[in-house]
Amino acid sequence: MAEMQFREALRAAMVEEMERDDTIFLMGEEVAEYDGAYKVSEGMLAQFGAKRVIDTPISENGFAGLGIGAALNGLRPIVEFMTWNFSFVAIDQLINNAAKIRYMSGGQFKVPIVFRGPNGAAGQLAATHNTSTESIYATFPGLKVVAPSNPDDAKGLLKSAIRDDDPVIFLESEVMFGWKGDVSEEKNYLIPIGKARIARQGDAVTIVGHSKSYWVAMKTAEMLAEDGIEAEVIDPRTIRPLDIDTILESIRKTNRCVIIDESNPFASISSEMTYQIQERAFDYLDAPIMRITAKDTPAPYAKNLMEYYMPSAQDAYDACRKVMYVD
Amino acid sequence: MTRKTARASTPPANGEQDPANVIRTEVEYKSFQSDEVSHTDLGLADDQLLDMYRNMLLQRRFEERAAQMYGKQKISGFLHLYIGQEAVSTGVANAMKIGEDSVITAYRDHGIALAMGMTSNECMAELFGKVDGCSKGKGGSMHFFSAEKRLFGGHGIVGGHIPVGVGIAFAHKYKEDGGVCICFFGDGAINQGSFHEAANLASLYKLPVVLVVENNEYAMGTAVHRASAETDLFKQATGYNMPGALADGMDVFDCYRAFSDHIAMARDNQPSLLEVRTYRYRGHSMSDPGKYRTKEEMENKKNADPIIRLKAYLVGHNLATNESLDVIDEDVKREVKASVEFAEKSPQPPLESIYEDVYAQKDYPFLK
Ligand SMILES: Cc1ncc(C[n+]2csc(CCOP(=O)(O)OP(=O)(O)O)c2C)c(N)n1
Repeated sequence: MAEMQFREALRAAMVEEMERDDTIFLMGEEVAEYDGAYKVSEGMLAQFGAKRVIDTPISENGFAGLGIGAALNGLRPIVEFMTWNFSFVAIDQLINNAAKIRYMSGGQFKVPIVFRGPNGAAGQLAATHNTSTESIYATFPGLKVVAPSNPDDAKGLLKSAIRDDDPVIFLESEVMFGWKGDVSEEKNYLIPIGKARIARQGDAVTIVGHSKSYWVAMKTAEMLAEDGIEAEVIDPRTIRPLDIDTILESIRKTNRCVIIDESNPFASISSEMTYQIQERAFDYLDAPIMRITAKDTPAPYAKNLMEYYMPSAQDAYDACRKVMYVD
Repeated sequence: MTRKTARASTPPANGEQDPANVIRTEVEYKSFQSDEVSHTDLGLADDQLLDMYRNMLLQRRFEERAAQMYGKQKISGFLHLYIGQEAVSTGVANAMKIGEDSVITAYRDHGIALAMGMTSNECMAELFGKVDGCSKGKGGSMHFFSAEKRLFGGHGIVGGHIPVGVGIAFAHKYKEDGGVCICFFGDGAINQGSFHEAANLASLYKLPVVLVVENNEYAMGTAVHRASAETDLFKQATGYNMPGALADGMDVFDCYRAFSDHIAMARDNQPSLLEVRTYRYRGHSMSDPGKYRTKEEMENKKNADPIIRLKAYLVGHNLATNESLDVIDEDVKREVKASVEFAEKSPQPPLESIYEDVYAQKDYPFLK
């Protein structure tokens, strides 16, 4: 184990995989000579050279498509979006090409590519730089969607994503890039895509939270613990496929569930989880499922509005007490 | 004949661009049409010429039959016919190395598939949505694929496949496998941002790609002059600092020569834009009666028919007789007819196969 920042863990995953397999290359805006807009790829140009660490023009549609073509023709690209907000410029490539070519070709072609970059809110950047995209991409069969919450998971999951034969949408978080944690240094450290993590044991209520929301969930659990309430916290880690079984198992124990998700609520991942839970474990629920999400608006700029916009531990705490009928 | 168009008529040596071949302004250029040059001048053998004839005819008869089957509701979805454009597909298939070079195209893909040697059986079965189709019945008319022939699809989003074609070329160069990618799109697609981004990337990274705009004069009902401010589409190449050129898409000799030149340039990592001026006789798709065109225009174009032109050449140069060419036609018709029987008999894909080939893994947890 070594203590690493989230960005260092991501870099370690890419470097180890690129050392192992020379069909892997990294491309994106400012990934090479500038060393990465958020320094995730720092030093990689120096190590791998310009053939494998490639600066692109500001042409999201173009280079996303280029990556897909390269993947079809035997390479394993990692394409960095400076943020996922800019992926919307390339959405045709992700949805109509990456997600569908395997299927439309009757399985003749595969698209082993990772699209990665920061997702969701990163402080007061206002609406165009502040979108949680997980439900958008997760809705398309053919794509896998991964959203780790800590450096160790980031490394293990990114390595799995790079080795995966399908296109993976890998959602990071700008505010988390500097966060530290213990990270495995094992060369073949792979965390399987599609396996949730039970982060905290408890029997009073199940709190589900991925990526940054995981940290809100942990904070909520601590607040509840002060009241003598032991919450179970589950970090799904992977949005698609979703490890619904692990969530259900927990709910069969706690009979209550609160989901924290910084996406906009309408047709979000928390909507999907809620539906799947009621479909499969309705009889185990002692209270309606509650969810704490971003407000149903574009993200505001003003500090107070932005704080109000984001899901808070206080709101989650209140929700937990409500589903337990404590208040 | 010289005309005021431009093409790099010889491949550049050593990857160096001959400045004369980089088209920045219009230049005088000699074309290579069948009424001006002989096939041996182009390095085409007699047999190859007859194969080309057979192949163009196969595409034509296949699609005529497909149209008929569409009328009988054996084929559903969109059906965009290539009739009139066969010189382009046949020209390129003879100029490239099939199985080593790559091709990607839009939804008007039957012609290129057949030209590249995909069988009428697998193509017809795909149109019928059957399990023996080239995409196992999951692609249909717009999405013909063949990993073996390196046909990377038929694609349905106008312009969406152009960056993908450039990426295929990127991988050829990265792997140093000597292959090039030939990327086809229509005159309508050239106005998509994806074309611009892809052309810029291709030139910036010096990728082995030939960007081919098949200018058949219409994007659905929109004539090219109503969509493009500059109707000499090949001139767009200047904006990307790459050679741009024009070929007669109704003449298989000119197509063959142009593709040979441009593929040679691509092998030297010099991307280029090749405009082939061609024409589709049918409507945009089966639902389009094509009322935006006059009868006179249609008649004029049919006089330039690529198959009739090659036939005239073959007979005129004593390489074939009308009778021997009729025998070829009968043979082709038989092949196509048999493909309909094959497609009829091929089973529908099993229902469970709906969950196959979405992901690599077999046990993916779908919502069921
Ligand atoms: C992005 C997108 N917009 C619109 C369409 C609908 N559409 C399909 S084909 C077509 C015309 C394209 O013409 P062109 O590129 O010239 O190709 P051609 O049909 O002449 O071969 C249009 C508008 C589409 N498939 N994709």
